[in-house]
Amino acid sequence: MNIRQKLLLVVAALMLLPLYYIPFWSISMTAPQYPEGIGMYIHINDVRGHNQHDIQSINTLNHYIGMKEIHVDEIPELKIMPYIFAFMIGSLILIALIGNQKLLLGWLILFVILSIAGIVDYYLWGYDYGHNLDPDAPIKVPGMSYQPPLIGTKQLLNIRASSYPTWGSALMVGSFMLSALIYYNNKKKS
Amino acid sequence: MKSIISIKSALIGIGLLTVSLLVLTGCPGQSNLMDTRDAAQKTYVAPGDYDEFYAFLSGGYSGQLSVWGLPSARLFKVIPVFSQDPESGYGYYEESKSMLQTSYGFIPWDDSHHPHLSQTGGIADGRWIFINANNTPRIARIDLETFETVEIIEIPNTGGNHGSSFVTENTEYVVGATRFSIPFDPELDVPIDSYKENFRGALSLIKVDQDTGQMELDFQIVVPPYNYDLARSGKGISSDWYFFTTYNTEEAHTLLEINASRNDKDFVAALNWRKAAEYVREGRAELMSTEYYHNYYDKSQSMAISTVKDEVLVLDPKDAPGILYYLPTPKSPHGVDIDPTGEYIVAGGKLATVIPVHSFSRMLEAIENERFIDEIDGIPVIDYDATIIGEVENPGLGPLHTEFDGKGYAYTSVYISSEIVKWSLETFEVVDRIDAYYSIGHLMIPGGDTVDPYGKYMIGLTKTAKDRYLPVGPKQNHPAQLYDISGDRMQLLLDFPTIGEPHYAQAISAEKVKPNAARIYQLEDNNHPHATKSVSDARVVREGDVVRVYMTNIRSNFRPDNIEGIHVGDTVYFHLTNLEQEWDVVHGFAIKGAQNAEVLLAPGQTKTIKWEPNRPGIYPFYCTAFCSALHQEMQGYVRVSPAGANTPITYRTGTR
Ligand SMILES: [Cu+2]
Repeated sequence: MNIRQKLLLVVAALMLLPLYYIPFWSISMTAPQYPEGIGMYIHINDVRGHNQHDIQSINTLNHYIGMKEIHVDEIPELKIMPYIFAFMIGSLILIALIGNQKLLLGWLILFVILSIAGIVDYYLWGYDYGHNLDPDAPIKVPGMSYQPPLIGTKQLLNIRASSYPTWGSALMVGSFMLSALIYYNNKKKS
Repeated sequence: MKSIISIKSALIGIGLLTVSLLVLTGCPGQSNLMDTRDAAQKTYVAPGDYDEFYAFLSGGYSGQLSVWGLPSARLFKVIPVFSQDPESGYGYYEESKSMLQTSYGFIPWDDSHHPHLSQTGGIADGRWIFINANNTPRIARIDLETFETVEIIEIPNTGGNHGSSFVTENTEYVVGATRFSIPFDPELDVPIDSYKENFRGALSLIKVDQDTGQMELDFQIVVPPYNYDLARSGKGISSDWYFFTTYNTEEAHTLLEINASRNDKDFVAALNWRKAAEYVREGRAELMSTEYYHNYYDKSQSMAISTVKDEVLVLDPKDAPGILYYLPTPKSPHGVDIDPTGEYIVAGGKLATVIPVHSFSRMLEAIENERFIDEIDGIPVIDYDATIIGEVENPGLGPLHTEFDGKGYAYTSVYISSEIVKWSLETFEVVDRIDAYYSIGHLMIPGGDTVDPYGKYMIGLTKTAKDRYLPVGPKQNHPAQLYDISGDRMQLLLDFPTIGEPHYAQAISAEKVKPNAARIYQLEDNNHPHATKSVSDARVVREGDVVRVYMTNIRSNFRPDNIEGIHVGDTVYFHLTNLEQEWDVVHGFAIKGAQNAEVLLAPGQTKTIKWEPNRPGIYPFYCTAFCSALHQEMQGYVRVSPAGANTPITYRTGTR
């Protein structure tokens, strides 16, 4: 690993830093009554409304179908993820300093595992919210569940829900691709 | 069809001919057979699109202010100002009651005439709009973020605050002027026919705080007992001056119709307010005891708070040379309007045969050269010939008010001949005229009273509808007409009924107001002492004979919604908090037997409604605003037990 590659690995690590500030996923909802749109951004450490009070509005709407309220302090993932990211950033910088190909491969594999775990966890989270409904809910539509799509757009009663990655995800992919490219280039040389 | 049209145009022709003969006008009347398709296109604002202007029309005897869009003439809102409004609960719910307090007690109505937008550099800035109360003299300020009345100040020593609420070029002051002169001391019990000795006029200068908008009565000027009718601040070169029209310089106190119409000329009073303020700062004004209320809406506590003031500074022109001059003006002038350059002072002599135009610079010259013909109570009267620069001939019968298009033309409303005349500020000649339906009072061009008029539309505010719309009985609503004034000829675009009796109106580019319009009241900023910010805090508390219900509103429930233990003789306060933080999600509250009103709560607001049940029973309450799909389920019950019963206070929501 030459100096340039090491520097690029550090860059790849630093690309994950903005994730502490910007969201990696966005769920947008539109309905006839919401011309201004309503939705939430998912951060590694927070869930925020597209607009200041959207989470409250989403909870108010969701109580009609008996969905659990979203309370940021009750989502353990948001507490764990910042540490995972700190570890991934720190370890990649360390790997860059040492310049060890094997460790880099290990980091890449860990990244893939964590990503899959993240997606599965996110799916289960959505599944739980969408299916685990209060039996006393005022609005009950037989056979209806309200799981937002993992990715894409889905009509849920009067609401059209769209779920898409945002710049944060692009940075994660970029960080992974850059690291993988450096690993691949080095492997070819040796 | 064709014959009907030709009969109609023949009739219109005869009508116009009659008017022309009556006023001996040389200018031909304009046919009102307009191109209707063209007019429809000009006023069409497609569904979901926005209007170009916000227009604010006073409510007159409704005491309110209505908000419209131009050019579509769509009604957006009626803002309660001086009158109780059972629709919103304004003036009924506890926090709003103080807003209508005066030294005469709680006054639940008024007659609101002249809205005026706050200005910066002579241009409407969209911060606030002021409006006067003509009956029990007051000025209100409406916040243009929330479109709510946030302040009302009473004006002492005044009988009918008609010449109001006009602001100076940078909203340093908003002005009040007495239409009916009265004895200054409110307790003064004197014979009415001692008018000349005991009655006085007052011009009031109310200072406006530039950050908060808060008004403060800085000082009053005591003037001879005429009727001070309308007012305008100067602009540009004349921005240090206020101008007022007067009538009844005859000082009549009975049958004014005859007795106040004797003099050929009354006056335009020119007041150098900046100099007057300096004199006041120098200590030349006298502190007089009086009583007036100042009511201010405390945004943080979301309630109106009244302060009673007991003195006012009064400046006598005798002690303040050079602040006030009288400009003789024919005849019983009504409006006084200043052109965009600040040079021309146009008076609408309602009984005059011409529109007199005074020159501001000639006025200064005349003062310099002391071309005075008289002096009244220390106020020099300037020679008419020294200030007059033009007299517009053939203006029709009863010219009242003038606005400007910024392109060198003035537009004057003419009441008796029911028309608008357009005339040149260069030649002082009438260049166009158009009918008004019927009997026009004020007219308004967006920005037409500022240094930078838009010159695109004009609204005429007329007094009788007669046959203009489908009839609705002997008393009909007052109309307004929208005209296109962008071309050489005025063109009638729309004729629409309004709310109350709009006297004056204002309009402002939508872009100056729309971005600031609030969507919610922030719950976190709600410091109302009885706010309930979380459903877990909802509760009922007994304090002797007073029961306070801390109730939350959120789609679609009240908490608590079952309340027992209220007794006949209790005073119950429902402190309602709308927990919603979503734009336009409004809840209401109404309870059977309420002797006041329902109340509407905007998102994040807390309001209190007082309830004194007078017989035992079960009282349902419900949400009056269709807030949600389960709005009909948003209800509850209060159990009222007989006086002396020992039912304890209990409350709940749901059984789980
Ligand atoms: Cu409701």
